[in-house]
Amino acid sequence: MNKKGPLYALFISLVLLLPGCSSIAVLNPKGPAARTLSDTIILSILVMLGVLAVVYILYIFILVKYRAKKSNEGYIPPHEEGNKWLEALWIAIPIVIVAFLSVVTVKSTSAVENIAEDYKNQKPLVIYASSSNWKWHFSYPEEGIETVNYVNMPVHRAVEFRMYSFGTITSLWIPQLGGQKYAMSDMLTKLHLSGDTVGSYIGKNANFSGKGFAHMEFEALVMSDADYADWVKEVKETAPELTEDEFKGLLEMDFAGRKTYSSTHLTFSPPPGDHSEHMSGDGTEMDMDNGHMDHQDNKDIHPSPEPSSQTEFDGEPNPELDQPLPTSAVDEETHEGH
Amino acid sequence: MDLERFKVHGEPLIYGAMISIVLATIGIIVGLTYFKKWGYLWREWLTTVDHKKIGVMYILAALLMLFRGGIDAMMMRLQTAAPEMKFLDAQHYNEVFTTHGLIMILFMAMPFIIGLMNVIIPLQIGARDVAFPRLNAVSFWLFFFGAMLLNISFVIGGSPDAGWSAYFPLASLEFSPTVGNNYYSLALQISGIGTLITGVNFIVTILKMRAPGMKLMKMPMFTWSVLITNVIIVFAFPVLTVALALMMFDRIFGSQFFTMANGGMDMLWANLFWVWGHPEVYIVVLPAFGIYSEIVATFSKKNLYGYTSMVFSMIIISLLSFLVWAHHFYTMGQGVMVNSFFSITTMAIAVPTGVKIFNWLFTLRKGRISFTTPMLYTLAFIPIFTIGGVTGVMLAMASADYQYHNTMFLVAHFHYVLIPGAVFAVIAGFHYWFPKVFGFRLNERLGKHAFWWIIISFNVTFFPLFFLGLMGMTRRMYTYSEETGFGPLNMLSFAGAVGLAIGFVILVYNIYWSTRYMPRDTTGDPWDGRTLEWATNSPIPAYNFAVVPKVQTRDAFWSQKVDNIQLYEEKITKIHMPSNTGKPFILGAIFFVFGFSLVFSLWIPAILSGIGILIVMAAMSFDRDHGFYIPAEEVIATEKKLRGETV
Repeated sequence: MNKKGPLYALFISLVLLLPGCSSIAVLNPKGPAARTLSDTIILSILVMLGVLAVVYILYIFILVKYRAKKSNEGYIPPHEEGNKWLEALWIAIPIVIVAFLSVVTVKSTSAVENIAEDYKNQKPLVIYASSSNWKWHFSYPEEGIETVNYVNMPVHRAVEFRMYSFGTITSLWIPQLGGQKYAMSDMLTKLHLSGDTVGSYIGKNANFSGKGFAHMEFEALVMSDADYADWVKEVKETAPELTEDEFKGLLEMDFAGRKTYSSTHLTFSPPPGDHSEHMSGDGTEMDMDNGHMDHQDNKDIHPSPEPSSQTEFDGEPNPELDQPLPTSAVDEETHEGH
Repeated sequence: MDLERFKVHGEPLIYGAMISIVLATIGIIVGLTYFKKWGYLWREWLTTVDHKKIGVMYILAALLMLFRGGIDAMMMRLQTAAPEMKFLDAQHYNEVFTTHGLIMILFMAMPFIIGLMNVIIPLQIGARDVAFPRLNAVSFWLFFFGAMLLNISFVIGGSPDAGWSAYFPLASLEFSPTVGNNYYSLALQISGIGTLITGVNFIVTILKMRAPGMKLMKMPMFTWSVLITNVIIVFAFPVLTVALALMMFDRIFGSQFFTMANGGMDMLWANLFWVWGHPEVYIVVLPAFGIYSEIVATFSKKNLYGYTSMVFSMIIISLLSFLVWAHHFYTMGQGVMVNSFFSITTMAIAVPTGVKIFNWLFTLRKGRISFTTPMLYTLAFIPIFTIGGVTGVMLAMASADYQYHNTMFLVAHFHYVLIPGAVFAVIAGFHYWFPKVFGFRLNERLGKHAFWWIIISFNVTFFPLFFLGLMGMTRRMYTYSEETGFGPLNMLSFAGAVGLAIGFVILVYNIYWSTRYMPRDTTGDPWDGRTLEWATNSPIPAYNFAVVPKVQTRDAFWSQKVDNIQLYEEKITKIHMPSNTGKPFILGAIFFVFGFSLVFSLWIPAILSGIGILIVMAAMSFDRDHGFYIPAEEVIATEKKLRGETV
């Protein structure tokens, strides 16, 4: 009664596929964050294969040995209440495994939530990534550049994406550079992604957002410093300015293709407050009325500066859009030296 | 009246569905009239308060919904079988995966499990019925009409299309202007109320109506699992009720709880939804564990190994199930601390679950394992569910989840836990208890055919999805391009889906075939069972037990057979039974009208039917019908007839 034939075949193929199969994007990392995650995933797969092996060996052994057959016709199984030592054993061992994986999880989570170890001493390049309908807007406040549906970043450089959405919840995901994170309409979220290999990687929205969801992809291009500098220069010289009307038109489109501008929308449509402020509420009354109505309400974009009545929920206004965000208490220690 | 809103401008598929629905309805009405069965239907089924008949109706509805959800699944697999398929458009695909999720979880898995609960629990604890038989009927009809309300959505007005989790702001009026998500909020609300009533009903039944001598720690494992499940229902479902009410206010009355503007919080919905949604998956899987425990013990001819740790593991799982909801949105950016906390609580669930797996294995050890159809499903469950479990631990690791979240890896994981964990269990339970209810077994040969189709196809369908997820395929994509390289594995998965469909068709054919040709079982104990439900006749008389059994051991019926510890000592006396009532059915029907009117904002019918609901509830409260007695002579005659003696 061995019904596990197909399963074994699949498992063997899994093990054969594991070492650097290039079609498996998540296990073919091109950046420090993705590499951390890939290692974590492979480690967890190995541990889990061990668990599976124990269960399968026991299972097959028991089924073969104790199946009803002619030779054990008159056999009457004993009455067993259980065995506290055995039961303690299979409570204890999983606890050890879970504890081990918990340590791995906490370490790797905090690693990918912060700037990668190798780039600790850099000031990260800030890119605002915002989504509307089924397209991505990437704004470079430092360079004063805005792109739609493609993002260029220098290689070996810490990049801090700050995400928000002009509509539904979306999730920015570049599998080969690192994990994903949601972009939401009423707060900023932060994602550290860096590339350590020059190349073009596919990025997408991973959170279902309606009709055009399947087409919501963009290209993430990791380029050498020189190429990046050339590109910035070229955009500044040749690309048109992003006017408010132009931006309004963009927001209303379903799909926009690739576009490039030599100014950002952040100047007239500021992003919402920072998430970490909202998470570390200091006990003051949470005023849920978000000051950035102009951002939320696409139909009515005012070129007004930050509203003067700052609420706790907004966090501090970001006068310097390219400065690193104030960090939450969690990752304070990792930001020493700033 | 704007009739435009009721129309679905769809494709030939939807028009075909409309025509077939109309034809089937006409066919049923004509058939009932021709065979003069209206009276029988009303007297025996629509007005019944008998837990066994209610259970059968639950299971029948669940099987219907299994095929409705299965057709959805087939359409999805076909649409994604190759790159750039043109079978469904984006809108239609979105509706299909949304209804697939809703129907399979809420209108297939849950009712199937609640149906088995209804049939078996009173028998296992030696009771004549549940604690509140009429409420039980209310539960069923609310569920049924809620399910029907969701099912008419795709031909009248359009189905929900924001995913089964209906995240806001996508599900808000601004981004989903059709009535689809109104259907979502009202259909789930109506059937959810039914489920909540079931929860209360079964807690009271199990705590108050056990046979004399049956201490809590002498209950069969299925009864234990159902007790714990219903406690989870009572704690979790009010959250869904509130969330759906807020959703309804947002969509129908223009409030701003989850909208983007005016301080609405989109992630509040996600939190509320998963505070209910995560316990929900344990609601469908814990009774399944109970079913497997019964079957493993019966077919290895051994008592369950580690009974106490089995009970405690389920209690711990039920507590942990409320502490893990945020693992559904690790990627919301709540920071390392919060994510780590939820990672650890989630992984902790693996410990009690592992205990159960090993206890089952050690129940098998030293047994004499016979491979009947229910046992085959149980034995298939152990290795396959373990794959689902270990991938669950992988997903629980917050950092790794940044790569799995919303991908096919996740889809593969939850199908690997839900299908072996819930679907195989209800199929196993269905085969196992079928002879108890109908008095004949399902054919073993056909059962095994269906089993092999289902088991092999299941793995072919869902195993490739793990790789697709790691390759970067997100869930809910209606199409993809050639160069992504997702094509071959999706095609393989589609082939598996076809095999699954064949397996389920064989399963249903088996029911038909067995009804016609299987020999009748007169013993009431075809499997050599261990617990009380096998200690009465099959088919079960209305009063379940002529004499209330006295219990001294865990496997009471087994003890009577092996150690001669007698269950029945007293004489047969008259038996008190509840009377049938049509009010629950009427209440459900009015709820249906109420829900439908609200979906389309038809205020006058909504107000009228709302008043109607209150009137029927009042009428039920003031009902003075205290049931009736079956005289002792009649009981004795029935017992003789069931045992095949001449009266």
